[in-house]
Amino acid sequence: MRAASTFFYRRPYWYLALLLVPPLLWFGTVYLGSLFALLWQSFYRIDEFTAQIVREPTLETYKQLVTQPANVDIVVRTVTMALAVTIACALIALPIATYMARYARGRVKALFYVGVMLPMWTSYLVKVYAWRLLLAKEGIIAWVCAKLGLLGVLEAVLEAPGIGGPSLSSSYLGMFLVFVYMWLPFMILPMAAALERVPGSLIQASADLGARPSQTFRNIVLPLAIPGIAAGSVFTFSLTLGDFIIPSVVGAPGYFIGMMVYVQQGTAGNVPLAAAFSVVPIVLIFIYLSIARRFGAFDAL
Amino acid sequence: MPSDRRYRPDRASLLTRLGAFAGLAFMHIPVLVIILYAFTTEDRSYQFPPPGLTAHWFGVAFQRADIWQSLSLSLAVAACATVLAMILGTLAAFALARAKFPAKDALTLLFVLPIALPGIVTGIALLAAMKLGGLDASFWTIVAGHTTFCIVIVYNNVIARLRRLPANWVEASMDLGADGLQTFRYVLLPQVATAFLAGGMLAFALSFDEVIVTVFTAGNERTLPIWFLNELFRPRDRPVTNVVAVIVIAVTFIPILLAYYFTRPDDEHETAR
Repeated sequence: MRAASTFFYRRPYWYLALLLVPPLLWFGTVYLGSLFALLWQSFYRIDEFTAQIVREPTLETYKQLVTQPANVDIVVRTVTMALAVTIACALIALPIATYMARYARGRVKALFYVGVMLPMWTSYLVKVYAWRLLLAKEGIIAWVCAKLGLLGVLEAVLEAPGIGGPSLSSSYLGMFLVFVYMWLPFMILPMAAALERVPGSLIQASADLGARPSQTFRNIVLPLAIPGIAAGSVFTFSLTLGDFIIPSVVGAPGYFIGMMVYVQQGTAGNVPLAAAFSVVPIVLIFIYLSIARRFGAFDAL
Repeated sequence: MPSDRRYRPDRASLLTRLGAFAGLAFMHIPVLVIILYAFTTEDRSYQFPPPGLTAHWFGVAFQRADIWQSLSLSLAVAACATVLAMILGTLAAFALARAKFPAKDALTLLFVLPIALPGIVTGIALLAAMKLGGLDASFWTIVAGHTTFCIVIVYNNVIARLRRLPANWVEASMDLGADGLQTFRYVLLPQVATAFLAGGMLAFALSFDEVIVTVFTAGNERTLPIWFLNELFRPRDRPVTNVVAVIVIAVTFIPILLAYYFTRPDDEHETAR
């Protein structure tokens, strides 16, 4: 053993190879292999008469994806939702992250960190299920609105075109609420980490030079927190883009990218279209990542 | 009034405090609601407030063989995936923590890709590979899927700790005559052990709860999240579902709290810097 450890210490590349080979074998075969298999299938097409997969390379499936208005609608709907959720998460996360990073001390600070981590790691499905209870017609939100005499307001909101629906649990507004709730911690944590790193001396200097707290926040703290916000937005955007369970459990009947992938590979049996559809979020995320990178998202991850 | 506008670094504005505490409450209400609903006497709707409270449904749920089967399958999958991920993720972290070599950035990207891309991409990619390779869905295909994204969790935890370790500690240990193994045993291991365990805890919690990838790799196997998903789409036993939700919360709660305590002292150290 001792001889072996000396051998590897003296030969760093051998040591590196020893460490890297098992995880690389795993990722190379299981993960990359699968991604290529997926990509490969997206170049097949389905024969419309026999419903059989035609195994010869073609761009037919991609053509179908970008030319059929229904498919384009799905992509636009999903991206709009992902952007709306990202913006809402950033707005709600800002006071929480600011408070926990810059003001809370000792026990309150620990309370906030545990308080954000616990719901983040609580079962995804249980949280979705909880929202179904909250949003149901006979559920809590309707009950609270009734108690406060706001039932009229709730109904007016639900009648709004585009976001409304027969009840909260079958409207885009309800789906939006669930998405925001689910991904909020993924925004708070990187944002708080970025805010923790803002040097106190800069804030003092700003105050000494006569800036009001709101000015200091806007001109000093916020610009320095941008990398954290960008990092968090990568999560909120990517997670919304690929989710297929929330749009199927809560919300209006319109399809989302994830649902389309799920349905096409399952009941519809059109694996090439499902594969092509799953390439859409990959492309969108790489575009988003390249934008986020300019705002320093990778330094804050 | 100028005196009110004075700079007070230790006090947040009322708006910030209000937003912070309201936001924290917002994050916890749904979980509390689930726990309340597990005790409701109403079994046909999601009526609020519950007409009465009972512990009856816990007894009903414990009698159900399908729930026990799904629970034990999920625990077994999570255990296997966690062990594999702890080994592979730690190896990758040790390799990439300090070494400089070409293609290092590409490898780093590769290791975090499973959480950067939506889960559905990983899921359908694995399914596509299984179909091409003629592999049937089984216990081990579920484990393979889970291991792939659990590796990232362990990797992230361990590499974060390794990067914080001063590089000269290893050199000092070697200068003082320790060999590679002794350095690992007495210098690296004590520093990394808690991050390693925390990564494992989080990987376990993540695997136990995972559904998006599992849907594609499970075939006819029913993990607890898949059992739960079926209930979400076609509710049959609402009260039993509520109880299972509470069980799931309880099973994931412990590893997450442990993970937090394993990594906490470093966070304080970080803040103090």
